[in-house]
Amino acid sequence: MKKLRLHPCGNYKEKYEEELTIFETDFGRLWVGIGLILLFVVIPLISSPYLLYVINHIGIFAIAAVGLNLLIGFTGQISLGHGAFFGVGGYAAAILTTKLGFPFYLSVLSAGIITAMVGLVFGLPSARLKHLYLTIATLAGQFILQFLFVNWESLTGGAMGIILPRATLFGLSLKSDHTYFYVVFICFVAMLWVAKNLLRTRYGRAFIAIRDNDRAAEGMGIPIFHYKLLAFAISSFYAGFAGALWTHYLASITPDPFTLFLSVEFIAMIIIGGLGSLTGSVFGAIFITSLNEILSHASEFFMNLPALAGVALTIAPLREFVFGLAIVLFIIFEPRGLAEVWRIIRSSFRLWPFSY
Amino acid sequence: MEFFLQLLIQGLSVGFLYALAALGFVMIFKSSSVLNFAHGDLLAMGAFFFLVLSVWLKLPIYIAFILTLVGSFAMGFIIERLFLRPLIGESLILVIMLTVGLAAMFKGLLLFIFGGNLFAFPEFLPAGLSIRLGNINIPPVYVATFVISIIFLLLFGLFFKYSSQGIYMRSVADNQPAALSLGVHVRRVFALSWAIAALVCAMSGIILGIISGINVHSTSIIGLKVFPVVILGGLESIGGAIIGGIIIGLLETFTGGYISTSLREVVPYIVLVFILLVKPYGLFGLVEIERV
Repeated sequence: MKKLRLHPCGNYKEKYEEELTIFETDFGRLWVGIGLILLFVVIPLISSPYLLYVINHIGIFAIAAVGLNLLIGFTGQISLGHGAFFGVGGYAAAILTTKLGFPFYLSVLSAGIITAMVGLVFGLPSARLKHLYLTIATLAGQFILQFLFVNWESLTGGAMGIILPRATLFGLSLKSDHTYFYVVFICFVAMLWVAKNLLRTRYGRAFIAIRDNDRAAEGMGIPIFHYKLLAFAISSFYAGFAGALWTHYLASITPDPFTLFLSVEFIAMIIIGGLGSLTGSVFGAIFITSLNEILSHASEFFMNLPALAGVALTIAPLREFVFGLAIVLFIIFEPRGLAEVWRIIRSSFRLWPFSY
Repeated sequence: MEFFLQLLIQGLSVGFLYALAALGFVMIFKSSSVLNFAHGDLLAMGAFFFLVLSVWLKLPIYIAFILTLVGSFAMGFIIERLFLRPLIGESLILVIMLTVGLAAMFKGLLLFIFGGNLFAFPEFLPAGLSIRLGNINIPPVYVATFVISIIFLLLFGLFFKYSSQGIYMRSVADNQPAALSLGVHVRRVFALSWAIAALVCAMSGIILGIISGINVHSTSIIGLKVFPVVILGGLESIGGAIIGGIIIGLLETFTGGYISTSLREVVPYIVLVFILLVKPYGLFGLVEIERV
């Protein structure tokens, strides 16, 4: 058996490949293996259906958040339209399934591709310009798409929405939370793997160069326009893919959820999780989704106490307040987000008990 | 024809309202190059502050009006001090995200206190303000909107052009380190521009309230209408904000009147995308845009 690689007591890297490696030690590999086993074997066994429902949501939102982080955290372009792009993916999947009879896996993939193309339409005018303009163009995209969801009735069903048949994969019904869990998390692991490796390639390095200094990046021969558009397309693909998964999971779609607030929610996820960190996006998705569940439980709890039913109604808008507050506090006090907190915890454990 | 004229007048007054709202936005952008996504919520805060003072506390209108302006001026200072001061020198992305967070916070807070209902202001404009043109009657609200907007826009034009504070603001916007090294008090400039922007927002919030009543959702949406206006007019230009505001206002009312009311809300954004494609620096903006 080959010797396990451990943390060296200094920086002994000699080749660039060693810098690029994902797992510096074999313990990292081991932990990821353990984590995957925990995720796919233990969690579905011990979770109640309700908990699985929440976990599935976390997985779906985490896919979208990873995509958004590729755009904001790694390429430095802000998008305020991801709520609508998530909706485009959902609608694309719903329409392809109900009108054209696409099978589940094909509809999800094509929904991602369609969303990437819709995203390009809004990325196109702005990718030539500095990031302020992309933000504004995506804001316009959010409103235009929202309008189309409601008013293009022949295609989207208007305010009534579309009801989908239950998804099946290779003849297997995906009706229960349990089976859908595997679908969501196999996609999640695959998408995370793709994103992680994308960042190690030429494309990922170009994205980071554009974020850090766009003029210098152009000076070094990176065609900025192409890479910005590419980042935008990839990010929209992630959003659309997640939206399609979400729609198939709920088996219906209406225009209500895809508002500007959803876009803000996605942004909150990646800021709280940590800009420019893939694990951070996952933490952010966990944080926001759990916060959502906790707040809705809180209002339900108050609803059941007759004396406090009035409080329950007023507590709902507090959700928005809490999200805003979380964004603001994280930006001011921990701009690198939960990923940084996690890193600090990990490194203090690694050095324990001799912290110097 | 009468319908057309009515729409024209309504469109103009909506346009002036947008211009006034855009003014506060341009103010912040000019001095700190921050895109303020919390603009509509500042506007709503001002409007609701006035509502509390005039309707709930039953203060005389003029006192309520002045108190609102003073209060929102102070609020602008406080927002800058609490939230934006710690971020001086941080990357612009973080600052813009912060305003997104602030927007959600303020909106949640307002919804928590006031709920989603529509509130109306008391009628307090003298009826003598209304003007008759042929058989078209221009209601006093619109006249007041024209007058107040024009006064404010003139004042701010002069302020930026001639007053020393205005020149400091422009210098900070142009090049922050250079302004710092020449002895401009950058922090004070930021604080002042947020305070003035909040004041202008309150102003436009009150006008909006007189025209159509206030509701947390629809009032804070106005803040996002500012984006088409300023992009059309050019991000740094006060004159552009006025022209852009009027064009967008007219476009909106005419679409609403002749085509469909649901399209009305989206038309500005469709225009926005086209402008970004064709003439991204707007009608009067600085042409030096970095194409990267």
